Amino acid sequence: MVDVAIVAFAQRPSVRNAVGDEVELVQPVIQQALEDAGLRASELGFVCSGSCDYLIGRPFSFVTALDAVGAWPPLCESHVEMDGAFAFYEAWVRLQHGDVDTALVYAFGRSSLGSLPIILSQQLDPYTVAPLFPDAISLAALQARALLDGGRATERDFAEVACRSRRAAEGNPNAQLRQSADVEALLGAACLRPPLRVHDCPPISDGACAMVLATGERARAIASARGRAPAWVAGVDHRIDPQDLGSRDLTRAPSAKLAAERAGAHRAPLDLAELHAPFSPQELILREAMGLGPQVAINPSGGALAANPMMVAGLTRVGEAALRIHDGRAGRALAHATSGPCLQQNLVCVLEAR
Amino acid sequence: MATPDDSEVLKAPYALQYTYTRSTGPVLGHFFAGLMAGRVLGARTATGRVLVPPAEYDPDTGEAVEALIEVGTAGTVTTWTWVDAPAESAPLSRAFGWALIRLDGADTAMLHAVDAGSPERMATGMRVRARFAAEPRGAITDIVCFDPVEAS
Repeated sequence: MVDVAIVAFAQRPSVRNAVGDEVELVQPVIQQALEDAGLRASELGFVCSGSCDYLIGRPFSFVTALDAVGAWPPLCESHVEMDGAFAFYEAWVRLQHGDVDTALVYAFGRSSLGSLPIILSQQLDPYTVAPLFPDAISLAALQARALLDGGRATERDFAEVACRSRRAAEGNPNAQLRQSADVEALLGAACLRPPLRVHDCPPISDGACAMVLATGERARAIASARGRAPAWVAGVDHRIDPQDLGSRDLTRAPSAKLAAERAGAHRAPLDLAELHAPFSPQELILREAMGLGPQVAINPSGGALAANPMMVAGLTRVGEAALRIHDGRAGRALAHATSGPCLQQNLVCVLEAR
Repeated sequence: MATPDDSEVLKAPYALQYTYTRSTGPVLGHFFAGLMAGRVLGARTATGRVLVPPAEYDPDTGEAVEALIEVGTAGTVTTWTWVDAPAESAPLSRAFGWALIRLDGADTAMLHAVDAGSPERMATGMRVRARFAAEPRGAITDIVCFDPVEAS
């Protein structure tokens, strides 16, 4: 295997409604990540982005966004219509070929332009589910009730996840929701989609982030010149549960469990885990699936409950974990990204200092 | 400059449309034909599981399903939520419940709307029955929604 490390990560603060188009959203973070790695766009071996044209309702907006990297010289470039974390995976695979030694990964999402919970219904089965237009919050509520009915969690457990996440985000200037009432007050609120309350749901966020990967000696050189530890990718894996919601046990995430095992999460103790759990009950499901005990700090950044730019929040988990390796706050960290309804798809990446 | 008269200008009708039709395939095609007739078909896998809505392949093994069999039009709610203010795109214009519903004879549950009137009438384990559209089109929306079945 070719050793790959994250050597730079840049993000912009998530906001409810960003000013400007997608190029304007993502260009500053690409610039910042490249400068931070001391690279010019012309030196990049590979570029991969994650975004979704459904969000702004315009086909090939990801091609337009390439303007943010620069139209000249030509790039070796790819795109996934998914969260940027899956573009990160593609870049890692590309670097395994060994013929190039750097890659840029970026993600952007303007979630604010349409009715996001309804837009997300169009990712579902096009014949048996999407024509009913079930909103994303309702689907998460079905999963939450299954947890309650199964005696696996309480509404208080959900509120504790929400409260802890948003209070953790007080220290994260890029987060959008950075405070929380206490659990008792949260539980006094009415339900949005029973049993979910507003605090159990993520904010609607516009955002962007960018990351630079490098291999072996190149990674060591870039990182040491900046006084940081390379965040080596010890393992990465992506698994998918069946698309039919009603054929799954929604209270479990077997694909997350498998991805964590295949990424080598349990080979050594973890200092922290950045989990992409947009709805509070999903963090409980993921922690159990991945066997993350109380010794693992969960979402010190605040996670997706504090800022959830679509197509960005998963890559941000990888970036937040990497930043903590860079400055020595963590020696070994797990990052997770999800896609699809009710944790259908799960990507797990293990980062470590060496 | 000579102006061509109308007879010289080539003309063709232009309508913005898909110039192809698309089949729903050998499994969903029968499923939707069944809905048009007020029946629900499920797919039986090699392991004997009955999938509703049907799939062409067993999600666990990847093997083709063995047969389509009829299941009930009534079933049991396995989980649910409630929408107070439906979006324009929702199946019902008044407050309703979303539920996963396991039809009698099926091993998996299908997503649909339940016209229960109020969340107090919703419960996991409740019985519901499909309400079929008066003018079916061969789509999942041929089931308008599910109605609660009152315990007798």
